[in-house]
Amino acid sequence: MCGIVGLLIRRAEMRASLGQLAVPMLDCMGDRGPDSAGLAVFEDRVETTGLGFSLYWPGGGDDWDALLQQHRQVAGDEVSLDANADNALLTSPMSPAAVTEWLEQGWPGVDLLSVGSRIRLFKDEGHPRDIASRYGFQSLVGTHLVGHTRMATESMVSPAHAHPFTAGEDFCLVHNGSLSNPNSVRRRLQRRGIAFQTDNDTEAGCRYLEWRMREGDSLEEAIEASFEELDGFFTFLMATADKMVLVRDAFACKPAVVAETEDYVAVGSEFRALAHLPGVAEANVFEPSPQTIYSWSVVEAGSTQTTAVVS
Amino acid sequence: MSDIREFDLAETSVRELNRYLHGELRDSDVARISVQNPNGQHSIGAGLDCPVEVEIHGHAGYFIAGMNKQARVTVHGNVGWSVGENMMSGQVRVKGHASESAGASAHGGLLVVDGDASSRCGISLKGGNVVVAGDVGHFSAFMAQAGTMVVCGNAGANLGDSLYEAVIYVGGSIDSLGADAREEPMEASDVETLRGLLSEAGLEGDAENFRRVGSARSLYHWNAEAHQEY
Repeated sequence: MCGIVGLLIRRAEMRASLGQLAVPMLDCMGDRGPDSAGLAVFEDRVETTGLGFSLYWPGGGDDWDALLQQHRQVAGDEVSLDANADNALLTSPMSPAAVTEWLEQGWPGVDLLSVGSRIRLFKDEGHPRDIASRYGFQSLVGTHLVGHTRMATESMVSPAHAHPFTAGEDFCLVHNGSLSNPNSVRRRLQRRGIAFQTDNDTEAGCRYLEWRMREGDSLEEAIEASFEELDGFFTFLMATADKMVLVRDAFACKPAVVAETEDYVAVGSEFRALAHLPGVAEANVFEPSPQTIYSWSVVEAGSTQTTAVVS
Repeated sequence: MSDIREFDLAETSVRELNRYLHGELRDSDVARISVQNPNGQHSIGAGLDCPVEVEIHGHAGYFIAGMNKQARVTVHGNVGWSVGENMMSGQVRVKGHASESAGASAHGGLLVVDGDASSRCGISLKGGNVVVAGDVGHFSAFMAQAGTMVVCGNAGANLGDSLYEAVIYVGGSIDSLGADAREEPMEASDVETLRGLLSEAGLEGDAENFRRVGSARSLYHWNAEAHQEY
């Protein structure tokens, strides 16, 4: 089944409450996906230089300081690390390729979950409520986030198989549904040298979209191309450094509800995930149409961009 | 017989409410039920079986008033999937919009949606009536067997796909008809039926300007020479 949630804050003063508003959304959608969960938050990191690397180190919660000290030896004093249980955000002036290599050589137990100037990613096994409390989602601050509660149907339950999936920088995807041709999509991308971490269908969709964007497509153009390339059922919720984007496949049998006010745009698999949000009774609540791309920007306040895709 | 009983679903669970509706209510003088704070919860008022009025104030979730018999249920808000599914009798009214599969397989009664209904509205309808003041989404009235669906607005793609004996009336445009669905002439009896349903639903509409969609019945018998092309 799975649940998806997303929240983009338009009113700047509310950004301090991003996590507080999102935790009940994730908790509620635990009914649709109790086996694992994840969340990607987009933060304003004005005080740091370099890219942020979200790291997951199962059982490594006590030893982050050792990793930080060693990374300083290769990357200098600009490095910082913000740890939260088994998850940490490493900020480093080194390139993504160099950090990846450094981790692979010295820290084989540490997974790199995301890279970007704004994204921070958490995912783990267990009930979404427990994961939210384990990593302190309540206190997350930022412009927007997307989250997922998983009920696995097509590949194993593990932190790596939990959503959101990421590819490239500051891009992530959560998915309710199932793709029926992920293996052929994956093989085609692998032939282009794109590496995969799991056999999960959503990872294939995520890396396909990111590959299209590296080839010059906008996210919207990549999604339009995906209607030809990705076969299956999906409600996709995506985020970039400054946008949240939603799309459902032509049959639209995977649900989504949007609530939009002057202060925020909230997305959930079901309305009950949004029922606690302030002012939701007066919000514009609607069900997104099939094969229509909904895009909300954190920069251009107020407007909803929609693109109907004719196939 | 005019007693009102109020339930606040912020304090009472849906299970407690439904247990009351299925039990104690039937032996009481309560004629009206008011439900506050539905907050998108599912199955509110499912399985009602007595002539009571239920008012739900706010957006509700899936399966609202499912299997309804006799009761008149009004939702002052939107509903999720499958409102009034398998209704037997009575009336369910949604003041806002309805999500997918509204009125699925309803055997009797009347479902009215004042806003739009999403895809698969009236799927497998089995004798109930569905009246939508706004638009309906794709694959509405899919495999509908008996009963009537009225769409005052526009119908999405593949309307009435694999239709049996249910009849559809559409006031606006039709994106496309599904397999075996066809437009048929509006007879005087159609106008009369439609006027009756619009009136029962409390909606305005010029019955003579609606179009009728029925089954061409070409899928009723297996045709080995069709090569799976319909």
